[in-house]
Amino acid sequence: MIRLANVSHDYGGRGLLTGVHLHISPGAFYFLTGPSGAGKSTLLKLCYGELTQRSGEIEVFGQDLKGMSRDALADTRRRIGVIHQDCQFLDHLTLAENVALPFVATGRPVPEADLHELLTWVGLEQQADALPPTLSGGERQRAALARAVIMSPEVVLADEPTGNVDWEMSQRLLALLVELNRMGTAVMIATHDLNLIRTAKSQVSARNLRIADNTLQSAGSDL
Amino acid sequence: MAQTSPRASLGDAGRIVPRSDYTAILSTLTSAAMSFLAVFALALSLSSGTLAQRWSDTLAQSATLRLSAPQAEIGAQTAAVLEILSTTPGIAATRVLEVDEQRRLLEPWFGPDLPVEALALPRMIEIIEAPEGFDAAGLRLRLSAEAPGAVLDDHTRWRRPLVQAAASLRALAWLSVMLLAAAMAAMITLAAGFSLAANAQVIRVLRLVGARDAFIARAFVLRLTVQALIGAAAGTVLGMAGFALLPVAGETGFLTGLGFQGAGWLMPLVIPPLAGVIAYVATRVAALRVLRRES
Repeated sequence: MIRLANVSHDYGGRGLLTGVHLHISPGAFYFLTGPSGAGKSTLLKLCYGELTQRSGEIEVFGQDLKGMSRDALADTRRRIGVIHQDCQFLDHLTLAENVALPFVATGRPVPEADLHELLTWVGLEQQADALPPTLSGGERQRAALARAVIMSPEVVLADEPTGNVDWEMSQRLLALLVELNRMGTAVMIATHDLNLIRTAKSQVSARNLRIADNTLQSAGSDL
Repeated sequence: MAQTSPRASLGDAGRIVPRSDYTAILSTLTSAAMSFLAVFALALSLSSGTLAQRWSDTLAQSATLRLSAPQAEIGAQTAAVLEILSTTPGIAATRVLEVDEQRRLLEPWFGPDLPVEALALPRMIEIIEAPEGFDAAGLRLRLSAEAPGAVLDDHTRWRRPLVQAAASLRALAWLSVMLLAAAMAAMITLAAGFSLAANAQVIRVLRLVGARDAFIARAFVLRLTVQALIGAAAGTVLGMAGFALLPVAGETGFLTGLGFQGAGWLMPLVIPPLAGVIAYVATRVAALRVLRRES
């Protein structure tokens, strides 16, 4: 599904990732950990083409990201649900409109029932008509997750999806991602939340990866 | 849960670009100003065309024959000339100017007390053309043979520069319309560039959810085109109102015909849709170029 081969990336000459190999296969579940600034967000961005690697190869759904046309890249992103750390929204649209944006942007009819159900699942049914700037950090994260999964993507890449929500809500969000994973969606979650990882392990067969010293390593069972 | 219908409310892709965007207001103002000026340029063009036609028609329907001869022969030559004119095809009527009329013609230069009767003034004969016109060259040949003192003036030398001036004025007016259209396209292209730069977050989010460049461009094109259309409509209405409120000129004054007459009032209504087309093309080209550059 997503394959990184010997990928390196840097910011302004400062090496961030070196020789990264990764293969996200259908139905896989990964946790990605590492200290702040280690390159977790960068790795996720490389996976969906927001950043272009300095060297190495990245294949997404069998296509080389580097040689992809802009339209092909857009089509590829429709198959990947992304939850940004800073939860980017269109602030002049309501929360429901933001969650439904992937359908609008791809010219498909919005399934109103699914939208309603999803907003209820993430506990935002009362905020459907609210504008993003009026939402709390946790509400924004839940909305970002809802937007990422509404198109039933083949892969979900989540950057700290539970960073601003309480334990109960983080469990609900995790349950949603686990449910999607059971239906065949590959999931990769970048997180600092070790409790979340421990809880997930009781529900799903997850693999732990850690970025340290600019390289991607298997974290094994030491979490 | 509050009832929501994101599909219905987002059906217009233009809503994806914030309405409060100052560049959209810039497009509206630019379009309004250009359309207002275009109404004036259009009016000038139509008016100059009317003037050219009027000057041409007025001077083309008449000619003057000046007959100089010794006093003893003037009567006979006048009769001979009138005979020639009466048998010339294309001449509807002829009339010998009376002494009083000649005095009035000379009054601006010599005053009211000029003793016209005592002067050896040439005899003036006014010729009124028939609609099909007459052969001026042929008539001159006949006159030179039978009345050597007769000089025919068919006003060609007066008419041609006036018609040429009016034609030049009309060309200048159309050039102004085209320059205004080009200026508007340039301004709206700049506004589109600013709008895309100011809405980088919108573009980032749309790309994140898999929107193609064509969709993103359409969102901006819709927003700016609608704004330009609104501005053009307002500018056109203001311009037309300006002409409607102009004082009505007399039937024969120099400025008669300045503005719009009859069906001419429909012409400015072409400006808003034209501005919309210009805005659409300019914004689309700018948007796709910027999106390609920033991908």
